[in-house]
Amino acid sequence: MNSELRNHIIRLLESGTRLDGRKLTDYRQPIKIEYGVSNTAEGSAKVQIGDTEVIAGVKVEISTPFPDTPEEGGLMVNTELLPLSSPDFESGPPGIEAIELARVVDRAIRESKAVDFKGLCIEKGEKAWFIMIDVISLNSSGNLLDAASLAAIAAVKDMRFPALNDEGKIEYKEKTDKKLGMKAWPLSVTVSKIGSSFIVDPDLDEEKVIDARLTVGSLDDGTLCSMQKGGNSPLAEQDILQMIDIAVEKAKELRKML
Amino acid sequence: MTEIKVKDKDIVVPGEVLAVGMDNLPGQGTYREGDNIVAGRLGLVQLDGRAIKLIPMSGRYIPKKNDTIICKVTDVSMNGWRVDTNSPYSAMLPVREATSEFIARGADLTQYYSMGDYIVAKIYNVTSQKLVDISMKGPGLRKLRGGRMVEVASNKVPRIIGKQGSMVSMIKDMTGCNIIVGQNGIAWIQGDPEKEFLAIKTIRKIEQESHLSGLTERIKSFLEQNGCTQTQRVNNNEL
Repeated sequence: MNSELRNHIIRLLESGTRLDGRKLTDYRQPIKIEYGVSNTAEGSAKVQIGDTEVIAGVKVEISTPFPDTPEEGGLMVNTELLPLSSPDFESGPPGIEAIELARVVDRAIRESKAVDFKGLCIEKGEKAWFIMIDVISLNSSGNLLDAASLAAIAAVKDMRFPALNDEGKIEYKEKTDKKLGMKAWPLSVTVSKIGSSFIVDPDLDEEKVIDARLTVGSLDDGTLCSMQKGGNSPLAEQDILQMIDIAVEKAKELRKML
Repeated sequence: MTEIKVKDKDIVVPGEVLAVGMDNLPGQGTYREGDNIVAGRLGLVQLDGRAIKLIPMSGRYIPKKNDTIICKVTDVSMNGWRVDTNSPYSAMLPVREATSEFIARGADLTQYYSMGDYIVAKIYNVTSQKLVDISMKGPGLRKLRGGRMVEVASNKVPRIIGKQGSMVSMIKDMTGCNIIVGQNGIAWIQGDPEKEFLAIKTIRKIEQESHLSGLTERIKSFLEQNGCTQTQRVNNNEL
């Protein structure tokens, strides 16, 4: 259905350029991170990549640890694709896209082992901190995956624990200086394959014609922590290795923005 | 006695009272509410005798008879094609208006135009209920192959085209791209990748600066700054 568009994009990619004149592995500009956009959240950030905009907020609560991990707190990531942000999004229960987005963001943070879950425990088997990250799309113009991952990490960086009162309940209005101790900053970069070319940060038109995409979460030193493959075409081993290299390098660039 | 509250070429917002009294008439883009004439959309006021008109500065395209538009085929049915016109109303392209070729009864219509194809068509009828009929019979009306589509603001299309097509032919000549601008705010551009991109940048510039004077000169120097000269267009229609 998009064969004309696809042929055109492939022709451009083969000559080393893209629909909007970018290089293959260039992000759209501007990339902006704005911290502390919400007063009610413990940490928040708004991220803009080109026209794509997402907002992320971190809330904390005290709850009973899960029975299999009595000494650990927890992390939950939830995303919502607002109907406001794209004509394709409907209100109602989260669709497959929103769930994938949440899980990819969650996986990168969780599997990086950057969060000290044991440190979140207050009382073994009774009380622990639970961190909830909510990512909401404000404008969907392609590459929500990378924007959401960046926003989630930025919001975590901005987060400060609220104070506890004498009864051990949270006083949300009072913030302490205590941060969530992160050992590293995992960031996801999605590399997409169209024809035989690899690109990052696809816009809406490019997303329509993508053969396959690989979202790679990596740490400051290039350690991989998560991966998610999407799209209908298979990827060869050589493709994957090449995509990882691009993703790790791009993640380093993005990390400078934090 | 009528009191006109605005001057010619004022910019007004929807809901703004333009005149009080019954001596004036609400023109395009305005409506009467009791004694008042009120702006219906964002635009420039044009006082034309007794009528008060608005030249819209924003808003979607509304199909009009005899407009040449670029549309996308969304459905193939028994007796024709349904197309998206980049407006709130879809349009119908009946088989008899589709081509001058003979189409046998029961033929596979997708071999002419299929879902997702872009076509240049002319609106030959719009009913009061906004049922739109388009035709492909006429000079320049065809299926678009290759190239790319760009959305432009439909109310800036006259500026992009210019007087007797002067602006668009200047962009065509200087960038060497083939360009078709539909009245409905979809433009088709085909050429070298960098030149294509430059043509789009030029169109964006026109959209932004269309209300300022000396537009043609500024666009010309913009194109020259970007390394374009007046040259004969290369015809690469066969791509």
